[in-house]
Amino acid sequence: MEQWLRSILDNDFFVYLVMAIVPMLWILPYALVAIWLERKISAHMQDRLGPMRTGGWHGWAQTIADMLKLLQKEDIVPTAADKTLHSIAPYIIFIGAYAAFAAIPFSSAYVGSDVNVGIFYIVAISSLTVIAILMGGWSSNNKWSLVGAMRSVAQIVSYEIPTVLAILAVVMIAGTLSLQEINKMQGGWFWHWYIFQKFPFVFVAFVIYFVASLAETNRTPFDIPEAESEIVAGYITEYSGMKFAMFMLSEFVNMFAVSAIAATLFLGGWNSPFGEFLSGPIWGAFWFLAKGMFFVFIQMWLRWTLPRLRVDQLMYVSWKVLTPWAFVCIVGVGLWMVL
Amino acid sequence: MRQYFRDIFKSIWTILIGMKITFGHLFVPAVTIQYPDVKVKLPERVRNRLYVNMDDCIGCLQCKMACPVNCIDIETVKSVPTDDLGTTSTGQKKKLWVTTFTIDIAKCCYCGLCVYPCPTECIMMTDVYEFSEFERNNLIYNFATLTQTEIESIKQKTAAYEKEQAAKKAAAAAAPKPAAPGPQSTEKTT
Repeated sequence: MEQWLRSILDNDFFVYLVMAIVPMLWILPYALVAIWLERKISAHMQDRLGPMRTGGWHGWAQTIADMLKLLQKEDIVPTAADKTLHSIAPYIIFIGAYAAFAAIPFSSAYVGSDVNVGIFYIVAISSLTVIAILMGGWSSNNKWSLVGAMRSVAQIVSYEIPTVLAILAVVMIAGTLSLQEINKMQGGWFWHWYIFQKFPFVFVAFVIYFVASLAETNRTPFDIPEAESEIVAGYITEYSGMKFAMFMLSEFVNMFAVSAIAATLFLGGWNSPFGEFLSGPIWGAFWFLAKGMFFVFIQMWLRWTLPRLRVDQLMYVSWKVLTPWAFVCIVGVGLWMVL
Repeated sequence: MRQYFRDIFKSIWTILIGMKITFGHLFVPAVTIQYPDVKVKLPERVRNRLYVNMDDCIGCLQCKMACPVNCIDIETVKSVPTDDLGTTSTGQKKKLWVTTFTIDIAKCCYCGLCVYPCPTECIMMTDVYEFSEFERNNLIYNFATLTQTEIESIKQKTAAYEKEQAAKKAAAAAAPKPAAPGPQSTEKTT
C-alpha cells in the first residue's frame, strides 16, 4: 500500500499521513458499534433489550446520540486539580492506544510501519496508558481517582509480565518480532496457526495472553481500577464531556488492539482459515477484523459472566498462576524446538 | 500443591460453565415490555382514574363525605317543585342541581372509598392511567354539566322560590289562629 500511495502522491508527508489515518477509519466506526454492541450483549445476556428506540432499528444510533450529548457537555475541571495534567491525560491515553496500531498488520498489503521489532514496540508503547491513567488519577485530586489510578498501575504493571512471556512463546517459534513476518509464517490452512502448533504449550500461552490482556485493558473481571461499586469510576471520576469520551474511546480502542494482537500472534492475523481460498489483501483485512471482533465479543461475553476480582486475588492470579505457567510454556516450546 | 492445581482446574471449569449460561441467555426472549408500544394487561378490577357519570348523579354528597383526602368538591342547589330534573338510570328522581362537581385527581389516593356509597353507582374507577399533565391545575377534573349562566338562573329561581315560601310561611304565622274549639270546652259551655 505504501508503494501504491507513493505512486499517486509524490510527497512523503502525505503518504505517511494517509498511512497513519487508515486505522482511524476503522477504529472510530468500530468504537461506535462496539459500545452499542456491548450494551446490547449485556442486555440480552440479562434477558433485557438494551437501547431500543434511538434511530429506529434496535437503537442503533444510541452511541451517536450519546457522543453528541458528550460533545455538548460542559467540560468541568475541578478547582483543586492540576489543570495541565488533567487536560492532557485523556489525549495521552488515546495516543498510547492508537500508537499501537502503527505496527498492527491489518492485511498483507497494509501495515502502518513494518518495523522488525513490531510486537516489542506495541508492548512498549501500550505501557504509555499507565502513565496517562496515573496522570489523570493523580491530577484530579480526588480520593477515588487516586485509588483507581494506583490500582490500575499496580494491575497493568503486574500483568505486563505474563503478557510478554506469553508473547515470547510465539516469538520463539516465529524467530522474529515483526508482526507481518509472524503472519506470513502462519499461512495456509488454519492448522498452521500458532494456536494449534506445539500443542498444548502455545494454546496455554494464548489463554494466558488473553487473560492478561483483559487485565491490561481494565476489563471485567479485572476492572478494579474503575470498580463503580467501590470507587465511583476510578481514575475517570472527575472527567466529563469530551475528555471522558476520550477515556471511553481509548478503552474500546485498547480492547481492539489486544484482540488484534491475539489474532495476529495466535490465529494467523489476516490469513484465511481455508488456505488460498478467500485470501488476498481485501479478504485479508476482512479475516483480520473478523478475528479481532471475535475476541472483542469474547471480552464482552466474559465481562457479563464473571464478577470482579479482589485486589489480592488479582495479584494471586498474575504472580502465582499466569507467570509460572507462562514460564512453563516458554520452557515447553523451547524444549520442543531443541529436540 | 494439589489444591493449587485443583483451584486452577476449578476456576477454568466454572468460568466455562458460566460462559455457557450467559451465552444461552443471549437467545432467551427478553422479559422487557416496551411500554408505550406494548402495555401490560391490567387486572379486571383495577382502580385508576375516577369518572363520574353526571346523568346519574343525584348530588347526595356521599362520595364527598367518604373521601379521606377531600379531593371531591360538590355544591348543590335545591330545585323548585316545578322543575323536572329527570330520573337516574336506577329510577331515582333527581331533586338537586349539581352546580359544582370537581375531583382533584392529584390528591386522589385511589382508595375507591367513594365508589361504594354512591346510591346510583355513578362514580367509578376506570382503567385509564395515562393522564400526566404539565400544569397541576389541569388535574382538577370538572364533571359538572351546567354552564355558568344556567347556574345563575337556577340560583335566582331557587332564591325567588325560597323567598316566596318564606313569605308564605311568615304570612301563615302572622295570620290569626282560628280558635280550635275542643270538644270538652264545648261541652262545658253548653
